Formats: sequence, structure tokens, C-alpha cells
Amino acid sequence: MAAGAAALHGPALARDARRERARLFGLSLPAVLLVLVIMVVPVGWLFWLSFLADDGSLSLEHYRRIAQHPSYFRIFRTTFEVSLATTGICILLGYPLAYLLSQLPRRWAGLCLLAVLLPFWTSLLVRTYAWLVLLQRQGLINSWGMELGLWQEPLPLVHNMAGTLIGMVHIMLPFLVLPLYGSMRAIDRDYLKAAANLGAGPTRAFWLVFLPLSLPGLVAGATIVFILCLGFYVTPAILGGGRVIMVSMRIATDIELFFNWGAASALGVILLVLTLAFLYAASRLARLDRMLGGGAR
Amino acid sequence: MIGWLRRPATDTQVTHGARLWLYLVAGLVMIFLVVPSLIVIPMSFSASQYLEFPPREWSLRWYESYFGSREWMRATATSLKAGVLTMLVATPLGTLAAYGLFVSRLRWVGAMMLLLMTPIVVPLILVGIGVFYAYVRLGLVNSLLGIVLAHSMLALPLVVMIVTSALKSFDMNQEMVARSLGASRPRAFLLVTLPQIRFAVFTSALLAFLASFDEVIVALFISGGQNSTLTRNMFLALRDQIDPTIAAISTVLIVGTTLLLALVQIFGRGQR
Repeated sequence: MAAGAAALHGPALARDARRERARLFGLSLPAVLLVLVIMVVPVGWLFWLSFLADDGSLSLEHYRRIAQHPSYFRIFRTTFEVSLATTGICILLGYPLAYLLSQLPRRWAGLCLLAVLLPFWTSLLVRTYAWLVLLQRQGLINSWGMELGLWQEPLPLVHNMAGTLIGMVHIMLPFLVLPLYGSMRAIDRDYLKAAANLGAGPTRAFWLVFLPLSLPGLVAGATIVFILCLGFYVTPAILGGGRVIMVSMRIATDIELFFNWGAASALGVILLVLTLAFLYAASRLARLDRMLGGGAR
Repeated sequence: MIGWLRRPATDTQVTHGARLWLYLVAGLVMIFLVVPSLIVIPMSFSASQYLEFPPREWSLRWYESYFGSREWMRATATSLKAGVLTMLVATPLGTLAAYGLFVSRLRWVGAMMLLLMTPIVVPLILVGIGVFYAYVRLGLVNSLLGIVLAHSMLALPLVVMIVTSALKSFDMNQEMVARSLGASRPRAFLLVTLPQIRFAVFTSALLAFLASFDEVIVALFISGGQNSTLTRNMFLALRDQIDPTIAAISTVLIVGTTLLLALVQIFGRGQR
């Protein structure tokens, strides 16, 4: 009893609490260790490799080659174009869908959300394959289009940029719609009623009230889509048919065919830096939006 | 019908009729999302090499070529094993980490959280070649252990995110009550906290399984030979030519995933 009373003494209690917190913190160590050993160390290693010349000395040789060779420039440009186009099309298709879903009664919205979730859960390879089958020369879309007399010759829909974009938009769309829908649901309808009360027609109320309030969700969704696109590999590799070369595909060929670790690592490091820079910029932008939204309130 | 068109769809008196274009656009987008994956199902029963729709002649030949192939069966077994083991590694590790970081209010918690999220941000191709480079030195290339470790690392952020968000809506005072009644920290966690966040843990386990089962890029580099995963084999088959066997495999995968999801839904209903 006396010992218990002594332990309730301030500093001893604080020491106890500190020790417990440290122990709880320790629970995260196995997970942290896994990420460190399997990812951070290997990627750090690649980082180091990207600064080594073929003879093992420190140099910027790989980066210099990337900066000088026009072929690398083309690859980065393609990557950006594909990512931008995919994000843009996703916004055009996804915004109306998310908007409608957010307006529907919850029961109906849940049902329609299944249409977004089903592809989300379906394997990426399965969906890419489906498009390959649909878009090929003797595929469904070409044979139906010609039967209906819409076009005479089979259209080149796959193994090119068009096929890549169709496939990537299909895969990325749920990543845009889900966060956008969530943020639209959270918008207080009273703002729209207030706008109507003050004489704004539905169109005006949408552009001046709803759209600005939905921007943080849109920025979040678009950022996810854009970042995932930057590092995309599977879909362009299959649907691009070698005509659409993105950075990740070049990295893979550098390793698979040429065993050129330095060049591949340098490309990977640049890709990572671009991704992080974009993520940082977007996070500033989203915060700005929240501030604007707060100001409107 | 006409009456419905004139009825207001929103509080601000926009009628369904004025919204028709929105219904049309959203409907087309939903068709675009759903139909491509579903259309593979009837096509997989086509007898033709070109996978007609609707099939002129029905057959099970592509299923025979899937289930009859030792190569495909071995790859499927590898993927299932890797998925289950990844689930068994990532779920407890991620749950412990989420719980530990959530209750301990040390200064480094934010940094650790950020570190645990990095696998989402780093481009997968970079992870793939990095892990490959490391595994070559560790002798883990083409091994099941190697796949499970890499996939667990990739699945960790999902588990940590889902469990953390469940903990946020859980009232930690309940655990404090249990402890003031004499339960130790682990006992309070197991008897009070865990049962209440079990739906989140269950969901994250399933996601971890799917994350591993569907993963292509990392598996492309680090799996092979006896331990080549299903997705790796599918990818290699697709890159070269359109093998209709993939349609049969795709159908099996779609049906399997749908069943898993239905399971979660049923389990989730029982919760509430």
C-alpha cells in the first residue's frame, strides 16, 4: 500500500507514462522495419547507383545522357502527355457522374456506386485484356461499327495512343470519382438553397457555389490519377503496342534487355523526384482551396 | 413519364426533364466502366480463336486450356499462396503499427506514418527494380518468401490507413475503463478495442490479399520459374499475343473477386 502511494508521485508517474508510450511506439517497429528493408534501402541503393559511372567512379554521366539525348526527352514528353490527357478525360467523364451520384437519394447512389466499385476491384490485367479484345481489328467495336455502316475499314483502336488512353481512363476513373463523390456528399446543401434564395438560377448557383466547394475533392482525385499515371506500366505496355513509350517502360527495358542499372536508376530517380514535386505542389494547392472555402463561409 | 420529367429533382426546382442530359452522360460513363469487364465473361465461352460476341458456337475449350495446364495451375497456386501469406503478414503488422502510432503520442509519430505511406507514392517500377536488385544479393529472387515480403510491404499502407481511420471513430476511453478495471494494455486491446474495429481489420486483410494477388509489376521482376505468379504469366502472355485462355482466367478472377466482396458485405451487415 505504501509502495503504491509512492508510485502515484508525479515524476514517477510521468516516467511510467513515457515508458508506456515508448513501448506502444515500438509496436510499429516491425512494419517500419519491413518498409525500410524492402523499400527504402533498395531504392536508396538505386539512388546511389544512378551516380556511378560504368567504371565505378562518382559521376553524373547517366543524368547527362538523359539531358542530352532527344529520345529521353521524347519519353518524358509522352509520359506527361499521356498523364495529362488521362487526367483531363477522367475529370470530364468523372465530374458529371460524381455530381449526379451526390444528388441521388442514398439508396440509388449506393447502387450506382457499385458501377464504380466493380471495375475498381477487378484486376487491372483483366480490364486491360478486356479492352485489348474489344478494340482489336476483328474486335467487337470494329465489327459492330462496320456492320452498322459507321465506318468501312477497321479503325486502328489499339496498339497506339488511342488504345492506351481508353484503357488508362477506364482504370483511373474510379480513383477520381470516389474521392470527388465523398467531398461532394459533404457539401452542405443549404449553401445552394441560400444561393437560390438570393436569386441565383441553378446554373449560376452551380458555377459560383457548388463547383468551388467541390474543388478540394477534385484536386485530390486528379492528383492521385496524375501521379499513378506518371508511373504507369502495364496498360501502356499492352495497349500501346510499343508505340507509346512511357518512362516506366524504358526503365524496364533498360533492366531486362541491357542490364543497365545506372541508366535505369537515374530514370527512376527522376520519375520519383517529379512525382514527389507534383505531390507537394498539389498539397499546397489543395490547402489553398480549403482556405478559400473557409473564407467563403 | 411526362409527369416525372416535370417533377423537381432538387430543392432548387430543377426538373428531371432539364437534367436528362446529366442522366444520359452519367449512364454512358457507368456503362463504359462496367461493360468491358463483364463482356469478357460470355466471350470466354466462345469456341472461336477471335472471341466473338455473342459467340456463334459455345465451348469450354479455353477453360480446359486453363484448368488443364500445369503451368497456369502452378502460377495460380503461387498467387493464392502469396496472397494468403501477404494477408497474414501485412494485417497484424499494419494493425499493430496503426494502433501503436495512434495511442502513443510521441514526437516521431508523424514521420513514422509518412514512412509507412511511402510504398503508395514511390512508382512501382522503381520499387520493382530496387527490390530485384536487393533480392539478387540476398538470394531471394524467384522465391515465395521474397514475393510475400515485397507484397506485404506494398499492402502495409492500405492496412494502416483503414485501421487508423477506424481507430479515429473508436472511443479510446473504453480502453481506459477496461484498464482501470485491472486489464493490462494487451488484454484491453484484445477484449475491448479489437472486437470493435474488427470490420476494418477484416476489410484491410481482404484488401491486402487482393493487393498481392493483382500485383503485376514487382512480381514481373522478382518472381519466376517455379514461383511465377498468375499475373506475371498473364502479362507475359498478353504482351506477345492475345491468348483466349486469358478470357477464361479473367472470368474466374471476376467471379472470385465478386464472391469475396459479397462476403465482406454479408459480414458487414452482421456487424451493424
